Amino acid sequence: MSYVANTEAQRKEMLAACGLSSMEELFAAIPEELRPKSFDLLAGKSELEVRSYLSGLARRNYSHLVYFLGGGIYDHYIPAAVDALACRGEFTTSYTPYQPECSQGTLQAIYEYQTQICRLTGMEASNASLYDGGSALCEACHMALAATGRSRIVMDSGINPVYRQMIRTYTANLSIELAEAPLVLGQSSRDNLFSLLNGETAAVILQNPNFFGVVDDHSDIVAHCHEMGVLAVQSVYPIALALVKTPGEIGADIATGEGQSLGLPLGFGGPYLGFMATTRGLVRKMPGRVAGRTVDRNGRESFVLTLQAREQHIRREKATSNICTNQALCALRAHMYLSLVGREGIKEIANLCLAKTAYAMERFRAIPGVEVADCGPAFNEFVVRLSVDAAGLIGRLIDHGIAPGLPLGRFYPGMNEYLLVAVTEKRTKFEIGRLAETVEAVLCQ
Amino acid sequence: MPVIFEKSVPGRRGVRLPECDVPCKGDIPEACRRGRDAELCELSELDVVRHFTELSRRNFGIDTAFYPLGSCTMKYNPKVNEAVAGLDGFVNLHPFLPQLDRGGMFTQGAFQVMYELERLLCEISGMTAFTLHPMAGAHGELTGMMCIAAYHRDRGNRKTEVLIPDEAHGTNPSSAAIAGYRTRPMPTDRRSGMLDVGELEKLVSEETAAIMLTNPNTLGIFNTHIHRIAEIAHRHDALIYYDGANLNAVLGKFRPGDAGVDVMHINLHKTFSTPHGGGGPGAGPVGVRETLEPYLPISRVVKRRDGTYVLNYQYPKSIGYMAPFYGNFLVYLRALAYILVNGKQGLVEVSENAVLNANYVMHGLKDVYALPYDRPCMHEFVLSASRQAENGIRAMDIAKALIDCGFHPPTVYFPLIVKEALMIEPTETESKETLDAFIRAMREIAEKAETAPDEIRAAPQKTSVSRPDEAKAAREMDLCYRG
Ligand SMILES: Cc1ncc(COP(=O)(O)O)c(C=O)c1O
Repeated sequence: MSYVANTEAQRKEMLAACGLSSMEELFAAIPEELRPKSFDLLAGKSELEVRSYLSGLARRNYSHLVYFLGGGIYDHYIPAAVDALACRGEFTTSYTPYQPECSQGTLQAIYEYQTQICRLTGMEASNASLYDGGSALCEACHMALAATGRSRIVMDSGINPVYRQMIRTYTANLSIELAEAPLVLGQSSRDNLFSLLNGETAAVILQNPNFFGVVDDHSDIVAHCHEMGVLAVQSVYPIALALVKTPGEIGADIATGEGQSLGLPLGFGGPYLGFMATTRGLVRKMPGRVAGRTVDRNGRESFVLTLQAREQHIRREKATSNICTNQALCALRAHMYLSLVGREGIKEIANLCLAKTAYAMERFRAIPGVEVADCGPAFNEFVVRLSVDAAGLIGRLIDHGIAPGLPLGRFYPGMNEYLLVAVTEKRTKFEIGRLAETVEAVLCQ
Repeated sequence: MPVIFEKSVPGRRGVRLPECDVPCKGDIPEACRRGRDAELCELSELDVVRHFTELSRRNFGIDTAFYPLGSCTMKYNPKVNEAVAGLDGFVNLHPFLPQLDRGGMFTQGAFQVMYELERLLCEISGMTAFTLHPMAGAHGELTGMMCIAAYHRDRGNRKTEVLIPDEAHGTNPSSAAIAGYRTRPMPTDRRSGMLDVGELEKLVSEETAAIMLTNPNTLGIFNTHIHRIAEIAHRHDALIYYDGANLNAVLGKFRPGDAGVDVMHINLHKTFSTPHGGGGPGAGPVGVRETLEPYLPISRVVKRRDGTYVLNYQYPKSIGYMAPFYGNFLVYLRALAYILVNGKQGLVEVSENAVLNANYVMHGLKDVYALPYDRPCMHEFVLSASRQAENGIRAMDIAKALIDCGFHPPTVYFPLIVKEALMIEPTETESKETLDAFIRAMREIAEKAETAPDEIRAAPQKTSVSRPDEAKAAREMDLCYRG
C-alpha cells in the first residue's frame, strides 16, 4: 500500500503524455549493473496490522513507571490543549516557512516563541530552535570560537556529562583545546575555573542548576570571564527559570538549554528542543533560523525568516552552522505550553517542584543509612548516598513500579553509591512517600 | 492578527495546577533568585486555542494544498504514523531507563523498533550498518563526515579537503567545513547535468578526504557514472559520501551501497513521510559500509543470541555522542510504520509514481518555461524563469502568483547553477487531477507574465499578507516582541 492516488488507467495516460509506454522506461537512466543486488523486504501490510504490531511493541516497554528519573529530561505534566493544537495538519505538514505569505502561521509562532525564550532567559534574541539541549551547547561552542577568534573552551564539570561528551565529539576535528574544571562539593569551583582561563579562551560553559541539581549564582564567574574577554555560556533548565536568576541577569553572552520540559513528552529520547538566546551584539553569529517582524506592501504587520546571510543555503561552507531542518514543531509546542501555563502558572509549577523536592529530601534524610548530599540549594533534583550500590537497587524498585533515579556511577567513577533523584509537579506526596518507604524496605532486606 | 502578548490580560489564567500536597516549601536563596517575573502572557485556555487555530489557518500544509517544494519531498504524511507515534508505551518512556542496571529489559519494544528500522534501512540502501541518532539531514552529514575524519585519522591519512558538486545543497559544504575540512566545488557538465568526471579527475588528489554526491542530484538527474566516481575516489583513498535527500526517486531501483558509496544519510522526513512540522523535527539516519562501522556514534542497539536487545557502548573507535540519547525516536518510529505499510512493492510504487508525476508535470510545462537540462528527470526537475525574466517577471514572482492559485510554490533560486530556478517535486501521492490543475495554473501565469505582468508582480493578494519587506526585517532586527 503506497498511498498513491493515480489509477492504472491514469498512469497509462500520463506515460503516453510523456511519450513512454512503461514505468520501467522512466528508469532508463539507471544502467543494469547499478540495479539493486537485493531488495528483500516483506510485503506491505494493512494499517490495522501495522498498528497492532507496533502497539504490541509499545506494550513491552515499562512506560507506566512512577518516574523520579531525570538527568536533564523530566516527567512534567502536558496540558491537553498542547496535543490538541499541535496536531493540526496546517502546522505538522508544512515545511520551513520559505514563502512567508502562505506561512504566516508558522512565522508568527516562531516570532512569539523567540519572545517567550527571551522573556524566560532574560536574553535579547533567540533563534527558532536547534536539535536538542546538547547540540545547542555544541553550537554555542562553535559560536564562541568564531566570535572571539580564540581556540580554547573551558567546561564546568557541573554540565550534563552527556553534553560534555557531545562537545568532545563535535570539536574533535577542530584544532581547539578543551579543558574541564572539576566541581568542589558539587558546586562550580571558582578557583578551578579561573585557573584554566587564559588569553586563548573563547568561552566558559556553565550549567544552572548543574547536573547534580544544585542552583548557583554565576554572576561572579561571568564578570571574571568578561574581564579576560572570555564569553560566558550558560545551559539552563527552563522551568527553573521561573524562579532562578536568568542568564540575562548574570550577564551571560549565550544561553542554551533543553526545552523538553516545556510540553514535550519523554518520548524515549526525542524529538526534543534545543533553544539558544544571545545578546543583540552577537545575533549575527548565532546559528539557526530566526524570524523577524516587518510590514508587507500594504503596511500590514507580517513575519519573515531574516538574517539568512548567516545560513548554509547562502553562505555554504562559511555559514555559522550547518543546521537546516530544526525542531520547529517542538518549539511550537513549547510556545503553546508557555502560553497555557502563563506567567503565574510557570511559577506555580516551579514552586511545586521545589516544595516536593524539599519533601523528598526530608523523607530520604529520615531513612537510616541514607545521606542527602549537601551541595547547596536544590531545585527539583538532588543527590543521595545510599549505603549500597545504587545501580543494583534500581531493578528492585522498578519491580515496585518506581524508577527511583539515575545512579551516578554511570557517569562518575567512584560514585557508585550515589543516586540522582528528580521530582516534578506530577509526583504526589503519596508517591514520594512510597519511594522513600520502598527504598528503606529494600535497603533493610 | 495581534501577537499573543498583546492579548494578555493581567490576572487571567489558563491551565490550573494541583494544590501543593506536601508540608514543605523549599528555598532558593535570594542571590540565586530572578529579580522580576518572566513576563509570559496571561490568557484563558480558550484564548490560547483560538490564537493557535487562527495561526494555523494562515499556513499552507500538505493537508491543505499541493506543495511541490523541490528537494523537500512533500508527500502525504499518513495518519496512522501519527497514531503509532502517540502510543503510550513509546511516548512516556524515559530515555535513561535502558541505561539503568538491567534497564534494557524495560525497553525491549523500543529497541526492537530501532533494530528493525536499522535493518530495513540497510536493505533499502545496500549499506551495512545504520545509526538512527542524527536528528536531520544536515546532522547526518556532519555525523558522516565525522566518521570519515575518524577513519582517515585511524589510517594515518592526512586529508584536508572535500570535493562537492556546485549543484549541491548548502548543508553539504557547511557540514564538511564543521567537520574540519576545506571544501572545493566541482563543476556540473552543462550538457548532461551530471558531475563532470573529467574535472573530478583533475581535482581529486591525495588531499581529498571525500567526495559528497547527491544522486539523483538536485537537478533531478541520475548520475550514471557513480560507480566510476567511486573508483576514482577509492584510488586516492578518498571516500564517497552520498546525500540521500533524493532517495524517493530510486527505491528498489538503485542502492547506494551497491555503487561503492561509503557513507550516506537518509532524510526520513522526506522519503519516509514523517511530517516536517513547519521546519522540523526530522531524522537523518546515517548508513555506512563495513569499513566505517567502527566509527559510528554510540550507543548502538544489538540483538543477542536469545533474541533480546541491548545497548552497546563498547566501540573504542566510535566518534562518540552526536545526540544525547538515540535520536528523534518518535520521528523514526513513524518512518518504520510507513515502511511496514508500504512493503517491498509499495516502496517500488512510491518511486515509480514519484518519477512519473515529475516527468508528467515537466512535459506539461517545458514548452512555456525554459528547461535548461532537457532530458527525462527523476523525482524532480528544475525549470528556469529566464524567458519570463526578460519581461521582468522573475522566479519569485511566479512563486507568489502560484500562492494565489492555492498552490505552495516550488523551491526557487536553488540549485544555484540554474538562473531563475524553479525546482518542482510533485511526489507520488498527488493525483493527475491535482497535477493538471497545477500545470494549468503555471501556464496561465506564463501567459499573464506577458499580458498582465503587473498582476503577477502584485501577487499574492489572497493571503493574509502580501509580500513582506525583507530588507526592513534585516535592518531593524525586530526578533522579539517588546510591547
Ligand atoms: C539535497 C539536500 N541535502 C541535504 C538537506 C538537509 O537536510 P535537513 O534539512 O534535514 O537538515 C536537504 C534538505 O533541505 C536537501 O534537500
